[in-house]
Amino acid sequence: MSERMRHGASIGQPLTRRDGPAKVTGAARYSADFHPAGMLHAVMAVSAIARGRVVHLDVAAAEAHPGVVAVMTPENAPTLAKSPDEKDNPFAFRLDLLQNSGVRYANQPIGVVIADTLEAATEGAALLSPRYEAEAPGVELGGGEIFVPDSVGAGTPTEQGAGDIEAGFASAATRMEATYETAAQYHNALEPHTSVAQWDGDRLTLHTPTQALWIAKGRLAGLFGIPEGNVHIVSHYLGGGFGSKGFISSPQILGIMAARLVGRPVKLVTRREQMFGPVGHRASTRQTLKLGAKADGTLTALDHHTLTLTSRHDDFVEACGLIARHLYASEAISTTHAVSRADIGTPIFMRAPGEAPGSVAVESALDELALALDMDPLDLRLKNYAEVEPITHRPFSSKALRECYAQGAERFGWGKRPKQPRQMRDEDGLLVGWGMGTATYPAGMMQGEARATIRADGTALVETAAQDMGQGAWTVLAQIAADGLGLDGDRVELRIGDSDLPNGGLAGGSTGTATSGSAVHAATQAALAQLEDLAVNDRASPLYGAGNAGTVAENGRLARRDDPTRSESFSEILARAGKDSVEAKGTGAGEPASRKTYAMHAHGAVYAEVKVDPDLGQIRVTRLVGAFAAGRIVNPRLVRSQYYGGMIWGVSLALHEHAVLDTRSGRVMNPNLAEYHVPVNADVPSLEAILVEEHDPHVNPLGIKGVGEIGITGTAGAIANAVWHATGTRVRDFPITLDKLLG
Amino acid sequence: MNRFDYVRAGSVAEAVAAHGAGAAYLASGTNLLDLMKGGVTRPERLVDISRISGLDAVETLPDGGVRIGALARNATLAHDPAFAKAYPAVAEALLSGASAQLRNAATTAGNVLQRTRCQYFYDTASACNKRQPGAGCGARGGATRTHAILGWSEACIATHPSDFCVPLAALDAIVEIEGPAGRREIPLADFHRLPGDAPERETELAPGELIVAVRLPPDAKKFAAHSRYLKVRERTSYAFALVSAAVGLTLEGNRIGQARIALGSVALKPWRAREAESLLADQVPSPELFAKAADAALAGATPSGDNAAKIELARRIVVRALTLAQAGTPARVPALPASPFAAAPSGARP
Repeated sequence: MSERMRHGASIGQPLTRRDGPAKVTGAARYSADFHPAGMLHAVMAVSAIARGRVVHLDVAAAEAHPGVVAVMTPENAPTLAKSPDEKDNPFAFRLDLLQNSGVRYANQPIGVVIADTLEAATEGAALLSPRYEAEAPGVELGGGEIFVPDSVGAGTPTEQGAGDIEAGFASAATRMEATYETAAQYHNALEPHTSVAQWDGDRLTLHTPTQALWIAKGRLAGLFGIPEGNVHIVSHYLGGGFGSKGFISSPQILGIMAARLVGRPVKLVTRREQMFGPVGHRASTRQTLKLGAKADGTLTALDHHTLTLTSRHDDFVEACGLIARHLYASEAISTTHAVSRADIGTPIFMRAPGEAPGSVAVESALDELALALDMDPLDLRLKNYAEVEPITHRPFSSKALRECYAQGAERFGWGKRPKQPRQMRDEDGLLVGWGMGTATYPAGMMQGEARATIRADGTALVETAAQDMGQGAWTVLAQIAADGLGLDGDRVELRIGDSDLPNGGLAGGSTGTATSGSAVHAATQAALAQLEDLAVNDRASPLYGAGNAGTVAENGRLARRDDPTRSESFSEILARAGKDSVEAKGTGAGEPASRKTYAMHAHGAVYAEVKVDPDLGQIRVTRLVGAFAAGRIVNPRLVRSQYYGGMIWGVSLALHEHAVLDTRSGRVMNPNLAEYHVPVNADVPSLEAILVEEHDPHVNPLGIKGVGEIGITGTAGAIANAVWHATGTRVRDFPITLDKLLG
Repeated sequence: MNRFDYVRAGSVAEAVAAHGAGAAYLASGTNLLDLMKGGVTRPERLVDISRISGLDAVETLPDGGVRIGALARNATLAHDPAFAKAYPAVAEALLSGASAQLRNAATTAGNVLQRTRCQYFYDTASACNKRQPGAGCGARGGATRTHAILGWSEACIATHPSDFCVPLAALDAIVEIEGPAGRREIPLADFHRLPGDAPERETELAPGELIVAVRLPPDAKKFAAHSRYLKVRERTSYAFALVSAAVGLTLEGNRIGQARIALGSVALKPWRAREAESLLADQVPSPELFAKAADAALAGATPSGDNAAKIELARRIVVRALTLAQAGTPARVPALPASPFAAAPSGARP
């Protein structure tokens, strides 16, 4: 059955992806699918050592290989207008662009070979046979000097709290303290970081996957010393980003430099194993949770301390402590962070940065406290339900977490859970356990702009440099545009994924739809206002003089708000005015006053069932139920997909993902998808996401909160708690693997 | 990857003739091409045997055995109803390996000859005596959670990752070989070599020799009613085994007649546990007996690094496989082949 996007009713409809047919048929072109005439292939050589410098590359051997056109090394790499180590802002992360022979981490780019074919470039890169002056690397968590960073995550304070934490512990009837560790994780989007770059004088055309077109444009303009207008980035489709494509990475820029060096278009695709270093990762963490509670479960103290790693040459700090600042009411709260440096690639934002590992520790600790108090874990969370944001005491702009708890518990059957562990078995004798966790993620907004054009033929064009990394921007922005304009969706042309379009904010931080969607909505309203201006001032229009009453747009017509029988089509208005079109811009941004007044977060509750083999320790998640409230849902089908994806990441964090580091060499030893495990379909047999109704009048005019990251939070902790409930063994070292349960 | 000559052979004789120093046989390439792309192996010549007609046949022999052509696909074999009925543990092992796409491509001989998954073998920046004799073993003292617990040496602590080979070893399969010196046969259990001080020599194949078939002898079928392959892995599909076990029993009245046991991913070859088999022969099955057999199977096991847990896990998988085999082969291969989670006849679990 065909689907139509209907005017005035598109938001809220579970439309399938507009880009689905193009993706299924292969018509959708990802960055690496572009092959400009005369294009060459570039392959990076990367460092085998984690610290030291390159003393020799056999450039002659590489150049002698048939098909090799050029070898780019620090000797001949194009000079840049600005040092890649210069930090104009905290999020200009230092890059490795062959400006010197130093090595700061394993898999750092040390050369690029450019050739007629991918095969020749690959072999050329192998023939470079680097020799090094190596120093012993330090890569272990807490192995180096530990310091307190200036800020954590996206520039939030390192320490934040409320109340007197010591007094809180002193007044507690029950206390618990435990330390949890999470492993280093690498984003591993299916599509690797890719550049297809073409220079025309000082103008650059670049096909590359990016979650932030305008940020990338600015960075490239700065590095190459050209105006931003000379940088044209096309990024129509991304094969996943998860944060690793938020800021343009060294490999992507090396492709551009290679094109400049040889004066021809160049394609560079990062090899899978090369993604374990130069394109960011989530650092390992060690988190200590100390909780104090009264006998009835009321928290008197919540102390969350995080130790994590950053690189020796730059600062990114996994902000695990953020979650405890917003989630549970406690008389006293303390959240602190410390960092040690290591010879690793700089960590970066990864889906639910901070919140993902933070949540698994907090939710595990609450479960341990519930046991100590002999309370049901859900009752403990309800007991400490935050009616206002705990540290700031601001009211929430909306918070339907109670409904999430209730609807999820009902669907899952939580009420039948025995309090003690090892009480349930299935028909095959496997241990069964149930656990739960609270999900939360901030409802942030960036600033973005969009342009809407209403054309005389009754169609419209809506443009913004938003990015679709799979989350569904192609579809939901069209839905928002169609509703905003009062047009059927098939009369609205949407253009996104191009840096020449108005800045659409970034697809990150769960802000994408809120930001670019608000901008699109504002642009449509501004364009309609122009149309209205034309009509209400035109004596020949049935809308003449309707200025005070105002108009509404519906089904391609403007009608008097107070008398819908008096209306005129967009085409008629434009034709009489002798115009081909009207065009207007709109901005989407958080409203400063309400952002100051209200705390804005999405919430949810996740319930997990696991089965564990009592002898072999083999763990499988058999059921996951999540209930989430995130304001207005633009497209329930796509939002469910986001929740599913997040929850599967939760399974991955709890049970699978682990970059295996050889601490002697600083190398990740499982840099491939066969051995860097993420869940397969068979690992998630039953997955449900309930969309809990929530209306938020403050977060933005459309009432939209982000949904991209929240699914991970809550889920990993729920699984860990279910493993405990099944086995009676509390594993605090993630991922939970079967050897930790063998006993 | 390196430049190489490519020769397509039309017959086994042509293939053997085209082989020479620095050459490698190419079937579907599911392992070889990965290794070449990573620069782990750099053959100067590929002799493509994938078009040799007839080499993919699966035929029942006059003596009741079965001869599996070298090019028979893993998926074809596993989904052959007659084969799966006669050798259920082999089918279960095949279906538990890799992914559906890989099983559709991977061949019988290719599976037997697949290289270790030791990360230090794959990582060309690490020392590896297999890749470069005398270079040392980078895995020793490194990240070794999945490495060998039996038959390893200071020179190499890698494991053989095949699922398929484990029941083949248990069922006394025979490898048929053709080479420059003619035709010969080697029992599969003796085909792969333990590392000793020459881990670069992985099999008993002489240079230029080609596997043409794998044969299961007539009496392999007698275990069909009490046969299992169990695989412990950390995700449900597309994961190599941490440990695995193939078990076959014949039951005579309330006693075990013969027992066959082989372990996978514990050593550089599928590990046949003959002493454990002897302990079981002619005994009344019991949990205590199975535990004793498991102890015997792992008697010589020692950790090669941070992998002591594998020893206990292997012991437990032997007990579980014996328990499930005694209860009887499931009527059909379950949805999750080789999983200890897969439905078992009632009473098979505590």
